[in-house]
Amino acid sequence: MTFIGIIITYTLVQNLVLVDLLGLYPYVNVTRKFSSAAGIGAAMIIVMSLATLLTWVMYHLVLLPLGITFLQILTFLLITVGLVQFLEMIAKWSAGALHRAVGAYLPLLTVNSAVLGIALIAVNANYSAFGSLLAGFSAGAGFLLVTVVMAAIRERLDLEWIPKPFRGIPIAFISAGLMAMAFLGFDASFLRNLLG
Amino acid sequence: MMSRNTLSEDFMKGIVRENPIFMTLLGLCPAIAVSDKVSSALGMGAAVAIVLIATNLTVSILKEFIQGKVRTIAHVAIIATFSTVVNLLMHAYLPALYAALGLYAQLIAVNCIIIDRANSFAQENSAGRSVVDAIGMGIGFTLALTLIALVREVLGHGTITLFPAAGWNGTVVVPGLGTAPIKVLGLSAGAFLVFGYLKAMFNAYRMRTTSGERADMKSGQTA
Repeated sequence: MTFIGIIITYTLVQNLVLVDLLGLYPYVNVTRKFSSAAGIGAAMIIVMSLATLLTWVMYHLVLLPLGITFLQILTFLLITVGLVQFLEMIAKWSAGALHRAVGAYLPLLTVNSAVLGIALIAVNANYSAFGSLLAGFSAGAGFLLVTVVMAAIRERLDLEWIPKPFRGIPIAFISAGLMAMAFLGFDASFLRNLLG
Repeated sequence: MMSRNTLSEDFMKGIVRENPIFMTLLGLCPAIAVSDKVSSALGMGAAVAIVLIATNLTVSILKEFIQGKVRTIAHVAIIATFSTVVNLLMHAYLPALYAALGLYAQLIAVNCIIIDRANSFAQENSAGRSVVDAIGMGIGFTLALTLIALVREVLGHGTITLFPAAGWNGTVVVPGLGTAPIKVLGLSAGAFLVFGYLKAMFNAYRMRTTSGERADMKSGQTA
């Protein structure tokens, strides 16, 4: 797949949240305010890009040559947990704009299905090292896109009257369902027409 | 130890009051993606329950050695080990189910309910109570996921897929809906919609049983 194809696939066509239903926990819990949605989206881009790159290195340079690919869940998880804790340390140490922007959201990504999900998807698709990095970055960008749109919807929903049982989580999920239907417009034929 | 919960309360809370899918939402992701067929939901439920029981037992036995900074990483390593074992067993003995679950079989390792039970229950309780807690949570998880799958499959595909038995292919076709299903409910959008409406239904039921204000406050907390 071309690099442009990878970008469009993971931001729009195969959006991790709306199509693969991964990373739902931050998606519904951190999208009450626009600023927190942007913060977790930015954190997700950093974590996913580095995680897919590191897991590519692990898979192709260690697991595959040694023939121990059955250890991929264990090693990939330990890599993502270590990576997030390392990033937290850097964010704390820098104590500047980076800490204010993404520091508070990093712990939420320690054990996250979307991060491990894109790492496994990239390995299964057999991308090159740069392709994996790009897939991770695009999946993070797709996550940022849907969380920001979701936060915008929820800030407007706060002004509306909603029947009591639907308040909070249920209306958020129904909005997400409608958004997922809209994203069905970005399918494989859309990609083929766009790239020729 | 400090709490005076009995064993039956440990068991029942996972099924209703702290149901991992409808009440705490912790088991939701990434399991809801395999709720398009009843058979996959049951398989996913069983696989998660096995990992949950094994993890809770191991963590509660090793809790003296797992302290401080290594806590998260130790829990993650234990969970990943058991999910690898379950994955390999499924691949060897239930290849059809393994293929149906696909990527999500591997993602059992990041199901929030497992790490939450290890961290908040098994780390503080005896082995026996931790296993009872895990069994209750596993059953509550399986029941809730199967309910979502039942609604989605009946309305979205017009069928109910169970496991093939002697001389029966394992699929029930619902009359009427089998030929003209509401296709969108079988897609990922349907998972969001069905969960949203079911959760609203549970909220309405809780508001009717408990006093209205308290139920509203509680649903606000989990939100």
